[in-house]
Amino acid sequence: MTKIREKAMHAVFLFSACIAIFGVLMICIFLFAEGIPALREIGVFKFVFGKVWNPSADEYGVLPMILGSIYVTAGALVIGVPVGILTSVYLAMLCPVKLYRIIRPLIDILAGVPSVILGLFGITVVVPAVRSIFGGWGSSILAASVVLSIMILPTVISVAESSLRALPTSYFEGALALGATRERGAFSVMLPAASSGVAAAVVLGTGRAIGETMAVIMVAGNQSVMPSSIIKGVRTLTANIAIEMGYAAGLHRDALVATGVVLFVFILLLNLLFSALTRRRER
Amino acid sequence: MNKFEIRNLNLHYGDFHALKNIKLDIGEHRITAFIGPSGCGKSTLLRTLDRMNDLNEDCRIEGKVLLDGEDIYSRKTDVDYLRRKVGMVFQKPSPFPMSVYDNVAYGPRTHGIRKKEKLNEIVEKALRDAAIWDELKDRLTNRATGLSGGQQQRLCIARALAVNPDVILMDEPTSALDPISTAKIEELMIKLKKDYTIITVTHNMQQARRISDKTAFFLSGQVIEYEDTEKLFESPSDKRTAEYISGVFG
Repeated sequence: MTKIREKAMHAVFLFSACIAIFGVLMICIFLFAEGIPALREIGVFKFVFGKVWNPSADEYGVLPMILGSIYVTAGALVIGVPVGILTSVYLAMLCPVKLYRIIRPLIDILAGVPSVILGLFGITVVVPAVRSIFGGWGSSILAASVVLSIMILPTVISVAESSLRALPTSYFEGALALGATRERGAFSVMLPAASSGVAAAVVLGTGRAIGETMAVIMVAGNQSVMPSSIIKGVRTLTANIAIEMGYAAGLHRDALVATGVVLFVFILLLNLLFSALTRRRER
Repeated sequence: MNKFEIRNLNLHYGDFHALKNIKLDIGEHRITAFIGPSGCGKSTLLRTLDRMNDLNEDCRIEGKVLLDGEDIYSRKTDVDYLRRKVGMVFQKPSPFPMSVYDNVAYGPRTHGIRKKEKLNEIVEKALRDAAIWDELKDRLTNRATGLSGGQQQRLCIARALAVNPDVILMDEPTSALDPISTAKIEELMIKLKKDYTIITVTHNMQQARRISDKTAFFLSGQVIEYEDTEKLFESPSDKRTAEYISGVFG
């Protein structure tokens, strides 16, 4: 009797796990099945390296959006990664316990802020600030980078902090016992020892930034042209799909799905990188 | 000559009174051993001597610890300088995850030595003093975490020697090692005492007896007896000491 129950429970667990796998597989199949015909019709090279996106003239080049995604993400990393890593070092090693109990929950709240709220913050604060400091419209690569950098902070901080905490305390104590200051111990011993975990934190942050849609649409300007300056508007791959999908039909619609394929390939590459890094950490 | 003079030292972890009114004089160029059952406060006292307890925010300390006559808990003490003068070797061999050379050079680099020749010289001398130069001289660029446990511990001793301390604190330095590595470390400790003051915590009473000049027996945060090692083991004056060293409890 108990044996049957155990087997039944085992099946339930397996089934639950399969639902997630099933989801991933369905997404892959749908995306590639719907996207590849369009890629074939337009031509992969013309699609990926085409500089003009003009659906009314049947011109479908996503290079502006690919570059847009890369620039916005890179900008977010330039701002978010140093801040995130310094914060994680502070939280893991230098911060007094009382302060930690205040800062940590605040960072968790930041992680839970819906992206549309971050977008509102971007529109009301970041965009006008960019406009008054640098001129132009304000909606720009720079504005999107700032908003995204805030968004990826919780991810970078949490993953980097936990990889620092996973190190033996003997590394830190050993450095202090040799007369090193806490800061030197943190930066010359702990951070290098946690380097693969910190790199994984950066990769996860990159994934969040490149996949973000709503907050970016609200502050990036969304012009589907080749980006020319960080204070000019830009459209990302995600924004391209979300903005046009509502009214697209025919080849236009398929081209948007193909845009999703390009985005998905980026995410897959980042995931491969992430698992390679975490595997190195386990060794 | 006394290196350390500990006066009326009390230490609390939160509500727990971990060290009670400790008074102890520790002589220069000797090996002093702290023995006692687990949780008796011997490691805690060792960690107060280079202010490692500062890392623990719950820890409160009253009383005086004088090093060469200066109170290390006074407001004007430079803790980083104190830790240069008072080195520490931990229970678990804990080299940094970097090369053998970089491990030993870490301390000198921390203290501003950048010249390659000078660093080479310090690293070689420290490794020779720790009696591990011959084993490691061809493996200086290897990762230290790949060495055997006994080699790692001697490397950690070399790393401590490289900052030129006066005192070396050792917290059960051989408890994670095999008998042969243990014998090497004990031999090394005896060799080092002519240049350094060594204070060691040990669970191993034979070890305390073999290597130390003076022994302090701890129980529940108090020093029960502090005597020449010979005398403490041959004719302890306190009944509890006698019971502990004869294995009645432990």
